[in-house]
Amino acid sequence: MTFRANAPQGMPIRDAVGLIRERRGPDDVVVSSMGSAREWMALGPLHALDLVLVPSAMGHVTSMGLGLALAQPARRVIVLSGDGSLLMNLGTLVTISAQAPTNLVVVVFVNGSYEVTGAQATPGAPAARANGDAVDYVAMARACGLRSVFRWSAIDEWRLGIDEALRATGPTLVVLDVETVPGAVGPRSPGPTSERGPRFMAALGVTPL
Amino acid sequence: MFSGKQIAELFLDLGITHVVTIPDSTIGAWGDAIEATPGLRLVRVCREGEAWGVAGGLSLGGASPMVLIQCTGLFESGDALRNVVHDWKLPIPALIGYRSYLNQSTLPGDTCLVFTEPVLDAWKLDFKLITDPGQLGEMREHFLDCRATRRPGVALIAEGKA
Ligand SMILES: Cc1ncc(C[n+]2csc(CCOP(=O)(O)OP(=O)(O)O)c2C)c(N)n1
Repeated sequence: MTFRANAPQGMPIRDAVGLIRERRGPDDVVVSSMGSAREWMALGPLHALDLVLVPSAMGHVTSMGLGLALAQPARRVIVLSGDGSLLMNLGTLVTISAQAPTNLVVVVFVNGSYEVTGAQATPGAPAARANGDAVDYVAMARACGLRSVFRWSAIDEWRLGIDEALRATGPTLVVLDVETVPGAVGPRSPGPTSERGPRFMAALGVTPL
Repeated sequence: MFSGKQIAELFLDLGITHVVTIPDSTIGAWGDAIEATPGLRLVRVCREGEAWGVAGGLSLGGASPMVLIQCTGLFESGDALRNVVHDWKLPIPALIGYRSYLNQSTLPGDTCLVFTEPVLDAWKLDFKLITDPGQLGEMREHFLDCRATRRPGVALIAEGKA
């Protein structure tokens, strides 16, 4: 079953990611995955504090981000996740709120699909649900105890709201409704992990164990 | 087999900063002592795959995590450990409870005994089986040895009743 975006409206993911690229601070860590990693890399050269989580274990980008936020409490850590990935590891919201890192911002791109594997519907996509209802990620995050929760569906709204979202006291969840990109492929690894890992750690000023 | 105090002291001695965990009745008994130890932070996760992800992020961020889970959680968490330990080459140590190894009265024929060691081998995790309280020093040596050679070391702790 392959079909396009579930969301009746949504912003283009490239523009949504582009705003994060513009507004990220020089000391912020940005961890990207899946479609958001593809878009992040398409928009220009990488920053030393970008962790492009390719290869990844699906669902665990938020867990990696939580670990980074705990280890680096003085830096803001911005995690970019797909909705399919979040669904695979929903407990992460509870784990995050239990630790309550004020420096963690999770951005979830909701396209209702596993875009990089051919845009198959997730179980959260209204069109794939017996009752056609929508899954409310905002309510879910609030119920799990996240401190600051936002949602935007249009790029102009996201542009107006992004500074508030990035400034908010975390843990923060930002839900962005995005269009599925037809025919989109997965992100290509930007280089060997054996080089990227140590380089990223050096940029953080830490030494491998 | 060990007290929480012994385990907390071992972790401190190894330079561990965070213990990422889901309990069972053996390893869970150590949580309070770990939490009460200055310098150690207990991070409770909801499933074991998360434990490897969180530990991976901690490790990349310069901290020194230990994953503390039961062998059932090892079975649950394969893809996550594959990515963190092997793709990203982060030699995160783990202490894993070996359910029913010493006593099968609750779960006769527990299949954990069939799968735990082959699964550890399959994931290329260098494990040391600990069956006796006298092996605390050996466990420490194993972790130190693995760290020195950047191998992901596991202490597999034999457990009693499930
Ligand atoms: C455990 C696991 N199951 C399935 C896959 C196959 N897979 C790779 S990417 C992906 C979809 C990711 O979806 P999402 O997080 O929503 O990101 P998007 O593709 O929409 O950007 C799937 C199902 C996988 N890599 N790992």
